[in-house]
Amino acid sequence: MGAQARVTFWTRAAEAALLAAAIVISSCSTAPTSRLNTLSHQLMCQCGCAQLLGECDHVGCPDRDKELSELTTDIAAGLTDQQVMDEFVAKYGATVLAAPTTKGFDLVAWVAPFAVFGAALLGTILLIRRWGGLGLEQRAQAAGAVAQSADPAEQERLDRVRRETGSNDEF
Amino acid sequence: MATFGSFCLLIALVLAAYNLFAGGVALRLIATGQPSRVSPERLADTARRAGIAGFVAITGAAFALIWSVFTNDFSITYILEHSNRALPIPYKFAALWSGQEGSLLLWAWLLGTYGFVLRLRHKTDVKLYAYAGTILSGIQVFFFAVLVFAAPPFALLKGAIPDDGNGLNPLLQYPEMVIHPPMLYLGYVGFSVPFAFALGALMMRYPGEKWIRITRTWTMVTWLFLTCGIFLGMHWAYAVLGWGGYWGWDPVENASFMPWLTGTAFLHSVMMQERKGMMKSWNVWLIFSTFLLTMLGTLLTRAGLVSSVHAFAQSSIGTWFVVFMGIVLAVCIFTYILQRGHLKTEHHMESLVSRESSFLFNNLVLLTACFVILWGTLFPIISEYVQGTKVTVGAPFYNRVAVPIGLFLVFLTGVGPLLPWRAASFKAVKRNFVLPVIALWATVIVCLAVGVRPWKDGALDQGSFYAIVAFGVAAAVLTAIIAEFLRGAGVISRQTHRNLFAATWLLTRRNTRRYGGYIVHIGVVVVVIGLAGSAFNRSIESEMGLHSKMSVGPYTLECMGFTQDTNQNYNSDYAVLDVSQGGKKVFQMTPERRFYLASGQPQTMVAIHSVPEWDLYVVYEGTNPDTGQPIIKAFLNPLVGWIWFGLVIIVGGTFVALVPSLTPATATLRVPAAQAAPMTPALKGGD
Repeated sequence: MGAQARVTFWTRAAEAALLAAAIVISSCSTAPTSRLNTLSHQLMCQCGCAQLLGECDHVGCPDRDKELSELTTDIAAGLTDQQVMDEFVAKYGATVLAAPTTKGFDLVAWVAPFAVFGAALLGTILLIRRWGGLGLEQRAQAAGAVAQSADPAEQERLDRVRRETGSNDEF
Repeated sequence: MATFGSFCLLIALVLAAYNLFAGGVALRLIATGQPSRVSPERLADTARRAGIAGFVAITGAAFALIWSVFTNDFSITYILEHSNRALPIPYKFAALWSGQEGSLLLWAWLLGTYGFVLRLRHKTDVKLYAYAGTILSGIQVFFFAVLVFAAPPFALLKGAIPDDGNGLNPLLQYPEMVIHPPMLYLGYVGFSVPFAFALGALMMRYPGEKWIRITRTWTMVTWLFLTCGIFLGMHWAYAVLGWGGYWGWDPVENASFMPWLTGTAFLHSVMMQERKGMMKSWNVWLIFSTFLLTMLGTLLTRAGLVSSVHAFAQSSIGTWFVVFMGIVLAVCIFTYILQRGHLKTEHHMESLVSRESSFLFNNLVLLTACFVILWGTLFPIISEYVQGTKVTVGAPFYNRVAVPIGLFLVFLTGVGPLLPWRAASFKAVKRNFVLPVIALWATVIVCLAVGVRPWKDGALDQGSFYAIVAFGVAAAVLTAIIAEFLRGAGVISRQTHRNLFAATWLLTRRNTRRYGGYIVHIGVVVVVIGLAGSAFNRSIESEMGLHSKMSVGPYTLECMGFTQDTNQNYNSDYAVLDVSQGGKKVFQMTPERRFYLASGQPQTMVAIHSVPEWDLYVVYEGTNPDTGQPIIKAFLNPLVGWIWFGLVIIVGGTFVALVPSLTPATATLRVPAAQAAPMTPALKGGD
């Protein structure tokens, strides 16, 4: 196997591993060891403290115990996670959910970051590959074109500024 | 004193306006060569002197407010609302930034201080400093105008003057609060300086590498202040808020983190410009964005656009910030369009696997992280606009989206330094990556062997999974960085016959910027290890009577009693808890709950026992009104101490990077051919 082929192999292996990890992460949910604990960390306390219900630490909080009690009742009644969430949204509004849902416009909240990252990553890779695909001669021409794009007077001005400020680099 | 303070503010505004106007006219005359009655150089110098005088004026205003706090001058509304007679002396200083008017005055004073230093150093490069000083005066005009017209700190109380003030917010009565806000503001405000230089250099078509070198120290110091400010804020949240965590993805926390991310990206990408003449436009826009993000953070919280636990100072000044940001953005875009031909890149990247591309990917990930946080912060507003209902974007969103991006960034931290410039051969990649990859898998295996499982009840346990990945990547990065140090030190050791420690010291002294940067990376990795520990947090809450016991992890807490204390500032209830481990008493903890008299607000004072493995974190939550029994909540938070230790390493590394190298770019040692790729830049003084 040549050096180039080996690089390609390892690059593809790394890509496959990353993809597999991404699929595993995105497809699995958090373990439901304690539904109360899990669900209370997906809901916001309504007392205005801007904390998760499961983390609200106000003694005498007017809402925490009430919400936790409702949650316990819902779980005991055998409601599914989605039904519990729907019930809370119906009662307190959409702001009771600690994160946007994955339905309707809320889905944009989840998709946008990965879409932006993916697009930027793809763009960067394509750009570097395009630059890398340029031959040595083309690169030299490109560099020369940049150097020549400045007119001689401009070049002289830049050189003069560089000379004049040459000793001022250490600040 | 209120009249004196207001007068100082007005004078500062007039002087800044003169600085802006005269400086602008002078620079225009110099640029166009138009004849004028007054020498443009002399006009520019008067503008500079006005800037210096403006610093004296704003210092007078800051002094007036501090004086008013210490003399309990409750005729000033701000003092009445944020101080009281019994407030301890250190917190009297904290009153300066506990409210909107005071914190804006602090911002303006720090800006004046930075401007003062900048204007004193004008001989370094008179023309560029004149541009930067004039741009900075434009920013000063904005802040001074806000202080004079929209949020005056010396506004007088109407009606009878009360005998005592309302007191400082209890949340702010904690030692970190005396240094956290100034640190954060030093960071925020400090980015105004590289911004002013970047914009000035672009206006005068100055060679890019020059302004970058001149502002390098400014940027690094500013970045350090911002870093310290963020971490101090985290520690304050951890020690005061009593919920067992240190980062809640609150909009104000996000607002401080966003400029940190773009500032970090800038610190990395400028190396590409200095070394290769690449990414010139990118760097200019990075620093523009960083400055605008510091403003956006203030806008978001002050204007009440997003709800925040920090939103203690909402008002109408948001409009001022919107207008100012609009003007700044317009000036930046206009100048860039006009001068963009000057920012053409001198080289292109040649390979996907190279140091250059790792810098590019590093920037990409940092900016993606910034976008994610900005998106999450703004999404409630966007959602309300689009579908008419507001939604909450809290920790679950960021943990799911930002954590994988963060881990990828840590991975790049280790990969980047292992790659040579231009292009890497397969042989070089293999040689440099073998040890880190072994360290990664060894760590994962050890984690699994000691019982850390990435799944629970047949499903993936996201927290544990991320923690294992974080530990593995951290081990790989630490191995890579230590190997880099040892490789360079080994060569020096062989050639100079010094021991390895002395050789490492010499290696670092010869290229402080590069190896200081590596030390900072080690600090970041240590922080990541600490953050990953949060996946294994445990807590227990219980009502505790006398001699009641509760257990968390290896500790058993026994209640030995409750006591009360009082002073002029607050009343407090303590719980006295004996903590035993293996049946033997090891220490005592006294979690406390205070009731501040002036404000009438309660506040917890958490008891924390910290060891390298974990923190035992105990909160006195109060008393159950039904049973009269005190409620104690105990957390066992693994590895939290590593986060604060990581900050110490980051600070140390930054200081190393700030020290000039021993022999800049003139090392004479030769490197063995087999190690040439990773070693050469180190010994030559490269980055």
